[in-house]
Amino acid sequence: MLNYTNLIPLIPLIPLASFVILILFGSRMKEKAAYVSIGAALAAFALSVPGIMMTLKHQSVHMEWIWLYLGDRPIKMGFMIDSLTAMMLFVVTFIGSLIHIYSVGYMHGDKRFSRYFAYLSLFFFSMLLIVLGDNLIMVFIGWEMVGLCSYLLISFWFERMSAARAGMKAFLANRVGDVGFLLAILSFFWMFGTVNFEQMAEKIHQYQGTMLVIPAVLLFCGAVGKSAQFPLHVWLPDAMEGPTPVSALIHAATMVAAGVYMVARSFFVFHGNIEAMQVVSYIGCFTAFMAATIALTQTDIKKVLAYSTLSQLGYMVMALGVGGYIAGPFHLMTHAFFKALLFLGAGSVIHGTGTQDIRQMGGLMKKMPITAWTFLAAFVAIAGLPPFAGFWSKDEILLSTFNSPVPGHLFLFAVGLFTEALTAFYMARVFFLTFLGDARDKEIHAHESPLVMTVPLAILAFFALFIGLPGSPMAGHWFQHWLQQSFPYMHAHEIHLNFGVMGASIFLALSGIGLAYLMYIKGTISPDKVAQSIRPLYIYSLNKWYWDEIYGMFLIKPFLWSTNALYAFDVWIVDGVVNGAAMVARGLGFLQFIFDKYIVDGIVNLFGWVTQKSSRIVRLVQTGIIQNYILLLVVGLALIVWFKILENMHAVL
Amino acid sequence: MPLLSLMTFIPLAGALVLLGVPKSRTETIKWVGLGFTIIAFILSVIVTLQYVPTQPGFQMQEYYSWIPQIHVNYHLGVDGISVPMILLTGLITMLAGVASWNIKIRVKEYWVLFLFLETGMMGTFACLDLFLFYIFWEIMLVPMYFLIGIWGGPRKEYAAIKFFLYTLAGGVLMLIGFLALYFTSEPHTLSIPLLQSLGQQGKLFAGNNFRFYGLTLPHLVFLALFIGFAIKVPVWPFHTWLPDAHVEAPTPISVILAAVLLKMGGYGFYRISHPILPDAAKHFSWLFLILGIIGIVYGAFVALAQTDFKKMVAYSSVSHMGFILLGMSAFTIEGFIGGYYQMFSHGILTGAMFLLVGVLYDRAHTRDLNAFGGLAAKVPVYTFVLSIMALGSLGLPGMSGFIAEFFTFLGAFPVYREMTMLAVLTIVVTAGYILFMMQRVLLGPLNEKWANMPDINARELLTVVPLIVITIALGVCPSLLLNIINPVMKTMMVAIGPLHP
Repeated sequence: MLNYTNLIPLIPLIPLASFVILILFGSRMKEKAAYVSIGAALAAFALSVPGIMMTLKHQSVHMEWIWLYLGDRPIKMGFMIDSLTAMMLFVVTFIGSLIHIYSVGYMHGDKRFSRYFAYLSLFFFSMLLIVLGDNLIMVFIGWEMVGLCSYLLISFWFERMSAARAGMKAFLANRVGDVGFLLAILSFFWMFGTVNFEQMAEKIHQYQGTMLVIPAVLLFCGAVGKSAQFPLHVWLPDAMEGPTPVSALIHAATMVAAGVYMVARSFFVFHGNIEAMQVVSYIGCFTAFMAATIALTQTDIKKVLAYSTLSQLGYMVMALGVGGYIAGPFHLMTHAFFKALLFLGAGSVIHGTGTQDIRQMGGLMKKMPITAWTFLAAFVAIAGLPPFAGFWSKDEILLSTFNSPVPGHLFLFAVGLFTEALTAFYMARVFFLTFLGDARDKEIHAHESPLVMTVPLAILAFFALFIGLPGSPMAGHWFQHWLQQSFPYMHAHEIHLNFGVMGASIFLALSGIGLAYLMYIKGTISPDKVAQSIRPLYIYSLNKWYWDEIYGMFLIKPFLWSTNALYAFDVWIVDGVVNGAAMVARGLGFLQFIFDKYIVDGIVNLFGWVTQKSSRIVRLVQTGIIQNYILLLVVGLALIVWFKILENMHAVL
Repeated sequence: MPLLSLMTFIPLAGALVLLGVPKSRTETIKWVGLGFTIIAFILSVIVTLQYVPTQPGFQMQEYYSWIPQIHVNYHLGVDGISVPMILLTGLITMLAGVASWNIKIRVKEYWVLFLFLETGMMGTFACLDLFLFYIFWEIMLVPMYFLIGIWGGPRKEYAAIKFFLYTLAGGVLMLIGFLALYFTSEPHTLSIPLLQSLGQQGKLFAGNNFRFYGLTLPHLVFLALFIGFAIKVPVWPFHTWLPDAHVEAPTPISVILAAVLLKMGGYGFYRISHPILPDAAKHFSWLFLILGIIGIVYGAFVALAQTDFKKMVAYSSVSHMGFILLGMSAFTIEGFIGGYYQMFSHGILTGAMFLLVGVLYDRAHTRDLNAFGGLAAKVPVYTFVLSIMALGSLGLPGMSGFIAEFFTFLGAFPVYREMTMLAVLTIVVTAGYILFMMQRVLLGPLNEKWANMPDINARELLTVVPLIVITIALGVCPSLLLNIINPVMKTMMVAIGPLHP
């Protein structure tokens, strides 16, 4: 019998094989390329099922091998499936497969059709590395690879400059977070000598107290980048430049949730680490609130959903920060279903109408009934209406926040509740403006999307409505007990129902929807008047709190300036010294040349000159005429005689 | 069979053969020249395969007394530090030979010098005697000077002279260091293995009380060697010859310069300065740390400011080579391995980058990054290949660059936490200049000027694909290289000892 453990590597490797095949031969396959990719996704799903089943029986699977030796130290790699991984496997492979199928319709006729599916397969491979990895290095490898896939798919239509820029922005924002992640890995290696999750959890008690604060926050930085939390959230709204199924798969359901998964997976670092938890919870809470306020005023349907994703991710992060290690992953799962559905529904609307602007839509219920009804399912799920998926997971988060040990938890709870009302409002606004009322733009002739797109919608709708039920009191919180297996270092505590929290959450959700109803259906309150009366806030929200402008002014510009300044320094100073040294050398050479020519050679020449000149004078005497010589002889003799006479005269005198 | 001698001098034999071929028969010259680089490559593969990593000491040694009066011997031999470099040299020279097909003027002279250069490189990595090392090291300058100065770009004379003089200046310091080692060792020797064991046993400079501003003689000797090697690496602030030389050199010569010649500096650290003068090396570990970090950060920043494709890659080299110094500064096995891994990985990745810049330059006759745009739609295969290599340079996991950087960080972090953090932060800037380059060249709307640009051809692909395969293989399965270098690094670390015992 084949041992299932040995088959685990195939879960990521099959999509990798699909990527290699498609990148090499995809262009020749035309649109048949999709079958390879879909086949790989379904195979990964099928291979995951036995693993998921084993966790239902409270078993887990683990395999590892020695990757390399660094000196004498072995570095191991491994895959494991426990309940947390099983949940992620289910989300990734199941939703992923549906989105693959949906993409066949959405990308039909695109000139880089096979390339698109190749990237999807590469994404599948990388995401599965994150989910299955039993250590931080493996997670980090997958982490960077999904970042690459995200980059490739955001700038898939790279002829548009905005798409190219958005891809780059996403990659760079993620890299900033990855610095933290990498430093956390280095810290853990240094502290524990290993980055294997299980071994780290065993050794964690050696390091209680403040020593873990910085590594934990660094690790969280990685999640901030990938899960687009403030202050690195700016890339996610721009990421909507990519094809819509990609927005659904990568930028809503799976990749952006990887940060939440990673924090949950390494929750032992955060548990009891109040300072770090405070950072996590406040960042999550702020992101949830800020993004929700921006979503209120956006008119691009994908932008609303993007900010909604930010907000919901903030919710999950806050859940982890307040100690809701089950609530965060629970919301991750329900959110994956309803947000994927929302994006795919939006994609169907864009496909059918050719616009993304909700002001041009309206009345699509009649023309696109399947899309509309499935969108409604997702709407009630995200808005937090019982008994649909989002309600149970949000309730769990609010309850965790309410009972949290983190200081200021009641404030977080209040903001969380208020954000829930905002969420219900903006989702209702999108739903009403898109599907109800009358068609506002008569130019648009909407049509329902093909079955290859609507069937995945219907399947997702079913899950969006009911996936929360296993975590509800009616099921005896079965889901929570199942997930608890992945947190052996935590004491499972009984979940007490709090009808006050539940009631408040329902009330706020309903009032949000009600307000939207009054504004966009009944017309009793004019949206324009509301916007007028709070104009500064409206403008602030419409311009997304001006984050891009602030970053551009205070980070990007000074940074680019500093690179140019350093380059100038290099050319003028560092190289200036080199060229200066060369010039000095040449100058010295010139001086030496001068010295050589005028001094050294000059002395030599001087001898010659003196000899020459003196010889010329002496030569005057040598005339060759005998009379002159005799004359000289006589004059000389006369002079000698004269001197002798003078001498003798002295002596006589 | 004297395998190492054969491998070293086969290219020189090729150069001599080429001298006899008439100038006009350019096709014959190219094929003969390439044939000899292929033979040298095959020999380097044989050396790699014959090398037994688990067996300690130097292997395949050849030893003949040469000038006994000054104890100079013809001594060749390899260990885990030289074998990967020899393989890299063989491979890169062969691929650069294929890339030399575009050289159209003075083909005969080009190939003669090209082969002569290969002998210098192989010899540097294969020799075990400082005298030989110095000869091979200096002899490389001559063909390199002409290869840049004759076949280079508009400012070729300036670049060639700068390269020559700068490296020569370093070489002189290095020679002084060698002489100091010779005269202080007892008995006088220039043998690298002998000097290593003397140095590690503390027998070098024993009883020497020379002081110069608080520096002992070993310190001064180390500094002389350091500057000699640092110029070649190049270490900041000795790096400014590099952008000029790269920009002006023809494509294949840029490739060899980046992939092989820059490694000689690092090789010098691993082979000569650190094993022979371990205590001085530890004394100056701060110098390695500071200059390494500056190089990493500074190179990345300046690379981002470039508009010339080749200059960008040149400055990225300065940044990448900083990792060698950072890795070596910590005196941990992870750091030493990381630095060495970076040498090999950089050779592969940057070699490929220069090849790819050359492909673009041959078509567009410009390297101005802003002159392109949207090429991805026009040249998809080139786009794919360039993207892979660019992402490799960026340090993407799954490729060799990531492994090298990760090991280096792993080795340096426990010793220098804050400084390592600074280096880790640079990965954002690295991603910045790589992606900015890709955006300007490949993405956006197609610049209509290049509407007829042909895609990368089969010959050019032949030069790059092996490098892609290697960088991915080393990224997924680092043991391929680690198996060779691990044992010798372990031995070296035991001999040198930790920074703070």
